Amino acid sequence: MTSRRVDGWGVVDRATPVPFTFDGGAFEGRAGDTLASALLANGVGVVAPSPIEGRPRGVFSAGVEEPNAFVELTAPWFEPIVPATMVDLVRGLSAHGRPGVGRLPLDPPPTRPADHRHAHVETLVVGGGGAGLAAAADAASRGDRVIVAHDRAWWGGALPDGDATTTAERLACEDDVTMLASTTALGVYDDGYVILHERTTAADRIWHVRARRVVLATGAIERPIAFADGDRPGVMLAGAVRVYLERFGVLCGERAVVFTTNHWAYGTARALRDAGADVVAIVDVAPGGPTGQAARADGFEVLDGWAVAAVDGDRRVEAAVLVAPDGTERRVEADLVAVSGGWHPNSHLYRAIGGGLRYDEALAGWVPTGDAPDRLEVVGTATGEGLPTSVPYAFTPAEDLTRHYVDLQRDQTVADVVASVETGLRSVEHVKRRTYIGTAIDQGRTSGALTAAIVNDALGEALGAQGPTNARPPAVPVSYAALAGRDRGALLDPARTTPIHDWHVDHGAVFENVGQWKRPWSFPRDGEDLDAAVFRECRAVRESVGVLDASTLGTIDVTGPDAATFLDRMYTNRMSTLAVGRIRYGLMLGLDGMVMDDGVAMRVTDDRFLVTTTTGGASTVLDRFEEWLQTEWPDLRVYCTSVTEQWGTVAVGGPRARDVVAAAGCDVDLSADAFPFMAWRDGTVAGVPTRIARVSFTGELSYELHVDGRHVAHVWETVMRAGAPFGITPYGTEAMHVLRAEKGYVIVGQDTDGTVTPDDLGMSWIVRRDDSDFVGRRSLSRPDTSRPDRKQLVGLLPIDRDLRLPEGAHLVDGRAATEVDDAASPARPVPTLGHVTSSYRSAALGRTFALAMIRDGRARLGSTVHAATASGAAPCEVVAPVFWDPEDRRRDG
Amino acid sequence: MLLIRCPWCGERDEIEFRYGGQAHVAYPHDPSALSDREWADFLFMRDNPKGPWRERWFHTAGCRRWFNAVRDTATHRFVATYRLDEDPPELAS
Repeated sequence: MTSRRVDGWGVVDRATPVPFTFDGGAFEGRAGDTLASALLANGVGVVAPSPIEGRPRGVFSAGVEEPNAFVELTAPWFEPIVPATMVDLVRGLSAHGRPGVGRLPLDPPPTRPADHRHAHVETLVVGGGGAGLAAAADAASRGDRVIVAHDRAWWGGALPDGDATTTAERLACEDDVTMLASTTALGVYDDGYVILHERTTAADRIWHVRARRVVLATGAIERPIAFADGDRPGVMLAGAVRVYLERFGVLCGERAVVFTTNHWAYGTARALRDAGADVVAIVDVAPGGPTGQAARADGFEVLDGWAVAAVDGDRRVEAAVLVAPDGTERRVEADLVAVSGGWHPNSHLYRAIGGGLRYDEALAGWVPTGDAPDRLEVVGTATGEGLPTSVPYAFTPAEDLTRHYVDLQRDQTVADVVASVETGLRSVEHVKRRTYIGTAIDQGRTSGALTAAIVNDALGEALGAQGPTNARPPAVPVSYAALAGRDRGALLDPARTTPIHDWHVDHGAVFENVGQWKRPWSFPRDGEDLDAAVFRECRAVRESVGVLDASTLGTIDVTGPDAATFLDRMYTNRMSTLAVGRIRYGLMLGLDGMVMDDGVAMRVTDDRFLVTTTTGGASTVLDRFEEWLQTEWPDLRVYCTSVTEQWGTVAVGGPRARDVVAAAGCDVDLSADAFPFMAWRDGTVAGVPTRIARVSFTGELSYELHVDGRHVAHVWETVMRAGAPFGITPYGTEAMHVLRAEKGYVIVGQDTDGTVTPDDLGMSWIVRRDDSDFVGRRSLSRPDTSRPDRKQLVGLLPIDRDLRLPEGAHLVDGRAATEVDDAASPARPVPTLGHVTSSYRSAALGRTFALAMIRDGRARLGSTVHAATASGAAPCEVVAPVFWDPEDRRRDG
Repeated sequence: MLLIRCPWCGERDEIEFRYGGQAHVAYPHDPSALSDREWADFLFMRDNPKGPWRERWFHTAGCRRWFNAVRDTATHRFVATYRLDEDPPELAS
């Protein structure tokens, strides 16, 4: 390629060299260059191979529509893939050509720091060309807060525009006007919500703008024309050739053919000649108009009605084959073919939010309809106004269309589009999905209009019968690093920790995430694996005493004269009959009768309850309470307050729990007679006012110490000291899960999945039988919820006592699994009976066990089912889902 | 992102809200008096019009109040939002 910088042309700063590397070679550009212009100035013709066929490809355009010149940046920051036309050259930049597909190294170099900003304005202008700046000036003069986002580093259109620069500088001085250069609108959304991507040398910034009015001044895009080998380096859009010359001072070729359907490309021809290039011919497919006559008078060879049929050359254009209206061919030597198939508005953002297009015959292109979606306004050439009239001409006809490239980034040709139509596809959307045209990074900016024209032609339909395919945000590629901003690592999501968290960390806890909470999963000691640690923790609770941080349990204060009435309607059992000082376990159902959450209610006073929820269900339950109170029962005087963070909870459980709580300095009579199961007492523990609750999720004697969250760490540490003589053992959620499963206590969300009724769990005892209504009650007598063969909770004992079944394993009939050759066995596929919901190794039982939901489970007690495991069918005995202390003898200690 | 006018707080971004489905579907006075079919209709069946309809929203991350809205399902445009104790506006878009 013979590109070079021409004296007297362009507005780059020639006094400021900018060194950079490309594909390992050292080059020098100038301040104000893009990477594309710098490469062209250095004579780099081939930027990257094409993605599918590996054909050499060079810079095709000067803007966002670029389908060829994709690069990976490795310095000064990492970007997996960007068009070289949109990269502002900076000192030390390092780039590598990429075949249209980015790659993510496992250990990528640093990306630019990124941030998010929010802004509210009356007017947001997308596009800082003449029309956009005029709209911004107008809005600013009315006193609007204004943001102008322009995707280039300079103000004004692609060609140098001194007036635009002046206007932009003046606007930048105004209050309430924010001028954002190098800022691309990624998408326009409902109600004037626009996402912008600002790129500075220091940082990426994602702007979330809510605008009363969005002005789209996004300019226009030039269409290419497809001809044989029209993808070779040296075939470029005519407008881009002129931009490289007039803005960057780069001459893209010495011997040029200009191939056009419209008069604008004559400007490129004149500029090329003025800059010293030889314009071999202006090939104008339209009958000569006044522009052609003027050019001819000025000495240009204008070939009316001709076309470019092909180019010769492999890694660069060496010659062009021109074809006359009568089919005569003429070969001319050339190193540049500047192509213009006409212009149409750049309507990507507008279409993506649902803006309609209509076919404009004068432009032979698609323009926005007059009625833009809410809050949107389209101005300037983005409306189609001022664009050159053009004859419709998508490709040069030929016998062989297999090298007439339409979508350069998908290596798809006119022949591929025609073949799609010939298979019976009639919609451009279907052709898009067969050919993948328009699905690449450039989203078909140069190929979409061509494809629609070819489809219409192949179907024998009118021009403009179908338009380009839908557009979607983001309008241009954006890196995940930019979108993520600071929301990475520890800042990805808020982490909720209890006041005892630091103690857990200091004592080697391994944590699990429960919603946003960090809960100790287990406290392994030196050398212990997790299984051994859980085993030890479970044994301690069963044999002596353990302690659990239960502060994460959701707690809701339900207060008001009608609190009891309200809770009666929310729970399957009655809370109104609960005495002050007592506690009751409750189940909450959805309207569909399915178990939604569980927990206990403590009656604090006649009109006040403290209700606990599952750790993950707290906000759902609060939302649900508020929904019913506001939307159905506004007459009830009830107030719900989340107090999860206000309370900290230390759960002391095991045969020695009473001794430990007493030793921690407790002024409440802890004897079973004075303080029975499912009661609470207010008192003092470790010098701190404490509400002590006798509830148990392990089956052992347990005291939950509820204290002000500020004091809970102190109470925890006091309990640990008091319990040391008893070998008190902190345990985590996994041991808790094992212990509760040994007792057959379900975990909502683990043993249930939103399709489980109380009866399915064997918990009909908690559903009251009187006539009063509660949420979900009516659904329990629906035919589907009352049919006999529903899945029911059972226990499983694997015949292999060491086999821990995988949770989620499917269970099949014993007969089906063992006697498959028997003629009486069920036909394959063997139906599943259900699945394992919880599965553990039990210290207390000395074996493994599981809970499962299986069809007609209670009728199967004593029978054998088989679990599907990776090592084959595992036989299991079906048993009642209570493995430990079924008579509840241990809970009083 | 939709801009939703909470009757209590004014215009706020959609992410502050939770959607609540069709509005004015009252919980039956006595569910036990309903046939299975009537209960199933209440439980499962909702309108699904193209055009304006009445729906519920919950200002989860704001005032935590439920309110109703008339929104055009074809354009996403809100015709009106109104408090639970206000009469619903006409459905003309």
